[in-house]
Amino acid sequence: MDELLTGWGRTAATRASVVAVPVAEPTSPGVGDEPTPFEQAVSEQIRTAGPRGLIARGLGRSYGDAAQNAGGTVLQLPAAGNGGRALGRTSGCIAQADGIGPVDSVTGEVSVAAGVSLDALLRVVVPQGWFVPVTPGTRQVSVGGALAADVHGKNHHHDGSFATSVTRVRLVDGRGDVHRLTPADRAFWAVAGGMGLCGVVTEVRLRLRPVSSAWMTVRTERTTDLDATMAALAEADRSQYSVAWIDCLGPRSTGGNSSTGSCTGGGRGVVTSAEHTAAADVDGRHRHDPLAFRPTARLAAPPGTPNVLSRPAITAFNEAYFRAAPTRPTIGQHPAASFFHPLDAVRGWNRLYGRRGFVQYQLLAPDPETVRAVLAELQRARAASFLAVLKRFGPGNAGPLSFPAAGWTLAVDLPAGLDGLPTVLDRLDDRVAADGGRVYLAKDSRLRPELLGAMYPQLDRWRELRAGLDPQRVFVSDLSRRLAL
Amino acid sequence: MIDALGAPESVLLVGGSSEIGTAIVHHLRRRGRLRRVSLAGRPSARLDAAADELRAAGVRNVDVLYLDVSRTDSHAEFTQRAFAAGDLDVVVMAAGVLPDQAAALADPAVAVASAQVNYVGPMSVLLHVSTRLRAQGHGVLVVLSSVAAERPRWANFVYGSAKAGLDAFATGLGDQLIGRGIRVLVVRPGFVPTRMTAGLPPAPMSSSPDDVGAAVAAALSGPTATVWVPGRLRWVMSALRHLPRPVFRRLPR
Repeated sequence: MDELLTGWGRTAATRASVVAVPVAEPTSPGVGDEPTPFEQAVSEQIRTAGPRGLIARGLGRSYGDAAQNAGGTVLQLPAAGNGGRALGRTSGCIAQADGIGPVDSVTGEVSVAAGVSLDALLRVVVPQGWFVPVTPGTRQVSVGGALAADVHGKNHHHDGSFATSVTRVRLVDGRGDVHRLTPADRAFWAVAGGMGLCGVVTEVRLRLRPVSSAWMTVRTERTTDLDATMAALAEADRSQYSVAWIDCLGPRSTGGNSSTGSCTGGGRGVVTSAEHTAAADVDGRHRHDPLAFRPTARLAAPPGTPNVLSRPAITAFNEAYFRAAPTRPTIGQHPAASFFHPLDAVRGWNRLYGRRGFVQYQLLAPDPETVRAVLAELQRARAASFLAVLKRFGPGNAGPLSFPAAGWTLAVDLPAGLDGLPTVLDRLDDRVAADGGRVYLAKDSRLRPELLGAMYPQLDRWRELRAGLDPQRVFVSDLSRRLAL
Repeated sequence: MIDALGAPESVLLVGGSSEIGTAIVHHLRRRGRLRRVSLAGRPSARLDAAADELRAAGVRNVDVLYLDVSRTDSHAEFTQRAFAAGDLDVVVMAAGVLPDQAAALADPAVAVASAQVNYVGPMSVLLHVSTRLRAQGHGVLVVLSSVAAERPRWANFVYGSAKAGLDAFATGLGDQLIGRGIRVLVVRPGFVPTRMTAGLPPAPMSSSPDDVGAAVAAALSGPTATVWVPGRLRWVMSALRHLPRPVFRRLPR
């Protein structure tokens, strides 16, 4: 069926023929090299794809155009193993669910159908004492999408990115053949971070982390400027999880130095660092069931919401957020869901930017000076960001297109209609590329293709590996067209 | 592809030597993503000069395509050539002539020939092109209409009636293409001093080709479907269109 698709940023809509793969029976995890009925159906779609190609789509949470294919085919992966029945049971513990295999009680490994969301997976495995080893700021991503974007979480400096915890994938390649790939295969690393352009992942085997509670012990610290924020984040490397929210604009009262263009005014923040809470330490009220995991979204932005994130609104939000944090470092217990997935508190929050949508600019910079320069530039452009997140990365992995690498990452959300935004972001790209950094393809919707090679020096290596899996270039997305990937 | 902030990679300009049309292309070029431009029109030194100017400005692939807008039987073949190098992100319909009204009234053939260039030909090209755009699933059609389309005046009604037809056609086409990933941007400039309007007395609220280019480039990413240049003409025209005819007729030029 023809559908108009966008990414989470709701920009640059294009039309594609959206195909849901029908699967008659609930799938069991694949065994050996035999294609499952589901994989046979996927293979059939790949073999019959038209000249404008095919791309798989999960939950559509990449911000840009990675999961759309103008004039071509978009293969909608089912949210559960059987494609028909929705995984809609939200209350109560679910012992097992479609598309999620049993957890190996020794290794913590579990096989998950690619379309299953981290939300569904967590609801199944947390009550059994397991946690997803790497989770982004939302649970509403599919496992396949998480691998395609090689997502990271607040523990990157400690545990690496999503691909680090994957022990095996099943992939239908551009010829329609099924592969089982492990991290020992070079092709595996083209798939991890490969933005879905190497094939359709049908199943991911993940190594989960044992936990004894669904609670996090969180240390919260307010910082007054960017230097202090960065210092506190560096300090927080000792914790398994750490992240900083920062105020790009900063309070007007301390902006005395802003005429020099330095970032003294902005960059105040709230740094949080955390560990999983041991069951014995869970607060009394919850100790009877420490593994209970039943997060709910309390608010929702309805369709048609106008752009409510005006500059004054963002300034007010930032002020309130900063003031809500304790003045002195404080340690408290928070539900894992609210610590890891603050974005999930408001359903459809992307609608808050109105119908023009927004872009998320996320960069990696080996050098903190780049981050300073970028923030100063954004400040000069008076570009307010409702969510500006700063975090430290540990070393990267073998994926040529994998985003994370040692250094700092900054993510800001900017309304697409902001005056002068294209020029500002182009300038930031130049600086980031010159400093040996890069922008995140899962967030990108506007990078200049010429800069891609500088940002991803292993690009040609990835292309070689991709050529092995998809010689005819069946897998095409608007992202791959726009950036000539 | 047109990126999230409205910067295209490829543009086809129908009416390739049009001053407003080339101004639009240059504004799109400044967004830093433009790699391929096709200028379509009848061969002329101006057309070649426009192509050279784009090359000099750094557009990698610029080519000139032969097109006679009034010859509708050539449009299928033209469209095929125009899309031969791949997707077109933006197609600008800027072909048009301003007939001498006295001559057109004296010789119906002059009036008909102008309507062929201003209305019938563009309609045919837009239909051929929109079929291709539908197949590629994305793209923007920019159609140069005119304030004259909103309410043609007796001093210029031969031209105005053709623009009114084109405007109605483009607006309808835009609505028909909703949900297909294709947007139609109807551009209604006021008086623009160009070769086409040379010799006419300047009208109030005029704008330059550059102003029109800037307005179109700005509208390329947003949800806007109608662009007035300057913007306040929208309110002026919405008042003018409701004037009683005897009053409208007597308005000074």
